[in-house]
Amino acid sequence: MGLQAYLILAATVFCIGLFGVVTRRNTIGILLGIELMLNAVNINLVAFSHFNATATGMIFTLFTICITVSEAAIGLALVILLFRVRRTVMADHLDILKG
Amino acid sequence: MMSDPGGLALIALLLPAVSFLILAIVAPFRRSGRPAAFTSIIFAAGSLAAAIGAWRGHAEGQVTRLAWEWLPSNGVSIASVGVLADGDSTLMLILVALVAFLVQLYSLEYLHDEPPAALGRYYAYHSLFAFSMMGVVLAPNLLQLFINWELVGLCSFLLIGFWYQKPEAARAAVKAFWTTKAGDVGLLIGIVMLWRVTGTFDLGELKTMVTSGAVPIEGLSLITFCIYLGAVGKSAQFPLHTWLPDAMEGPTPVSALIHAATMVTAGVYLLHRTVFLFPPDVLMVVAWIGAFTALLAAVLACVQDDIKRVLAYSTVSQLGYMMAAIGAGFSAAGFFHLLTHGLFKALLFLGAGAVIHAVHSNDLSHMGGLAKKMPQTALVFVIGTLSLAGIPLFGGFLSKEEILGATLAGHQTGPFVLLIVVAFLTAFYMFRVVFLAFFGDQGSGIRDQRTHALDPGSRIPDPHRDPRSPIPDPHDPPAAMMLPLWVLAALSLAVGVYSTVVGRVLQFGPAAEAGAEHVAPAWLTPAAVGVAIAGIALAWLVYQRRTIDAGKLAAAFGPIRTAALHKFWIDDIYEGILAFALLAFSRIVGWLDRYLVDGVLNVVSAWTVSTGDLLRTVQTGRAQDYVYGVAVGLLILLLWIRWALT
Repeated sequence: MGLQAYLILAATVFCIGLFGVVTRRNTIGILLGIELMLNAVNINLVAFSHFNATATGMIFTLFTICITVSEAAIGLALVILLFRVRRTVMADHLDILKG
Repeated sequence: MMSDPGGLALIALLLPAVSFLILAIVAPFRRSGRPAAFTSIIFAAGSLAAAIGAWRGHAEGQVTRLAWEWLPSNGVSIASVGVLADGDSTLMLILVALVAFLVQLYSLEYLHDEPPAALGRYYAYHSLFAFSMMGVVLAPNLLQLFINWELVGLCSFLLIGFWYQKPEAARAAVKAFWTTKAGDVGLLIGIVMLWRVTGTFDLGELKTMVTSGAVPIEGLSLITFCIYLGAVGKSAQFPLHTWLPDAMEGPTPVSALIHAATMVTAGVYLLHRTVFLFPPDVLMVVAWIGAFTALLAAVLACVQDDIKRVLAYSTVSQLGYMMAAIGAGFSAAGFFHLLTHGLFKALLFLGAGAVIHAVHSNDLSHMGGLAKKMPQTALVFVIGTLSLAGIPLFGGFLSKEEILGATLAGHQTGPFVLLIVVAFLTAFYMFRVVFLAFFGDQGSGIRDQRTHALDPGSRIPDPHRDPRSPIPDPHDPPAAMMLPLWVLAALSLAVGVYSTVVGRVLQFGPAAEAGAEHVAPAWLTPAAVGVAIAGIALAWLVYQRRTIDAGKLAAAFGPIRTAALHKFWIDDIYEGILAFALLAFSRIVGWLDRYLVDGVLNVVSAWTVSTGDLLRTVQTGRAQDYVYGVAVGLLILLLWIRWALT
């Protein structure tokens, strides 16, 4: 399998993640979508790293995984706080950004 | 320097300017009143002496030009500033200086009730007025002439509106200013157009160009007509004559100054100076309008009851005479009449001022039988009247006849006929004034006036006099007022006797100019004198002997009289036109403002609001929508990079 297949896979996963982010009503679902998108990026990085025979991509991926974990922790904490304040985690009710 | 006419003329010009500057800058001195007045009078006297010196020092046909470069541009001077002393300008200079000096002397007594500050202001204006007019007279080029011309207009505005607390005076001042300004715009356009064609403002250079045939004929009619427009405004020619009678709201000495030497004579003088430019078709217009103005004003003068208004219309009428002569191609005759008219019109106005001073009214019906109470005034006034009527041995005789002869010699038969009629009317209306004011029913006017003592409209303003206190019997004015009258009367007589006796061979200034001579038919003198005497006789029959009833005479000329009483509705027409034009213009502007200016703004703001409303619905506030927007935007950006930029 060539590089192209990995890239197509990554793009597909990214699109699924984006679709989830845009369409999910539940905030936790949106967080899951973001995780998918990040992991699509990871696939890209690893694939390029492999085919270019450099370690940079791998190291980047490790960092990304760490950051993703932190982000998930903070994101979940935010969702819990949000629920405490607004008594909801439905994204379409959270529209206080509206001008 | 002292015997040089140019230098003397310059001194004559600058002395009033110095006097004005002193009075204008040193405010406490100006407010002191009489000392300021004396300063102004002394400077005016010096100016008069210098003017006489310039005239006497000036040799026959000699032109002294004293000019400095002005407006240098790229090393070339566009115009010069200085004095041009020749026969005409020095003579005119004497007239201006003389009348200015005498009027200032006279005003000292006439305005003795004014507060000192107002008196100082009056004399400051007077000095500036004299300087401005002398500037016009001596100007060697049209640019300097125009600047002084405008200064003259300004000074007349200030002096007509001297009693600016009176609404009529303020109104009259503004009217005079705007009406003359209407003509001045024409003059300015004419001067600039002339400069574009010839490249010079200088009168001497222009004359050289004309004599060498270098002036292009194309457009000259328009240019000279524009210059003539300036003269129409200043010299109160129809249809811009309406300001002059209203200008009577100013103090009487001011009227004398404006009518005799400054302001209105500027127009005639301008034409006299530039007449060599005028093509025949424009001269024809000048002659006809002049004659028509003369007739119109003479008819108007016949129905006026205000002594100053009669004189004002007579000035308009006489200016028409001068214009007719210029239009006929004999500007020297017009200029000659300008000089003699200046003498006797100043005399008449100052005489009328003495009467008004004594009677405290302008109205002829408040006078009568004054000859017994003020014999000296009556005598000099009659001298002035006879001069104006053109009786032999008096000032206006020869000059008036010169004009009549000029119109005949210029083949202007129409204007000539009009002017003959005017000569009759002039004698009639002037002697109407004389009989009503000085003879007539003895004292009837005075009694009448006492009953009118509380009528504020016909009084000259006299804030220091209690209107209920008895007015002292009229009497001759004090010496300071009588002296100018006698000087002017003597000069009118002297000029009259000299010109009548010496007659046509007289080498009197302008008449000596080549080409100005013309041969009048032998019947002209008897005819001119005849109609004048007929006019006097009619006035005598109507107003003295009362063999002809004034009412019947009025009824015989019913429609004309009605029209004349309404000033031929010219003022009303102007007011109507102005009111209509202003109203129509205001409506248009109002509509534009309301619907176009405001409308555009309102529409734009409404659009902004509704577009904003529309756009804010896009801002849902939901983070998902923004992410969606970012994603789509990124996609579009990528596609654009992919397809458009490669």
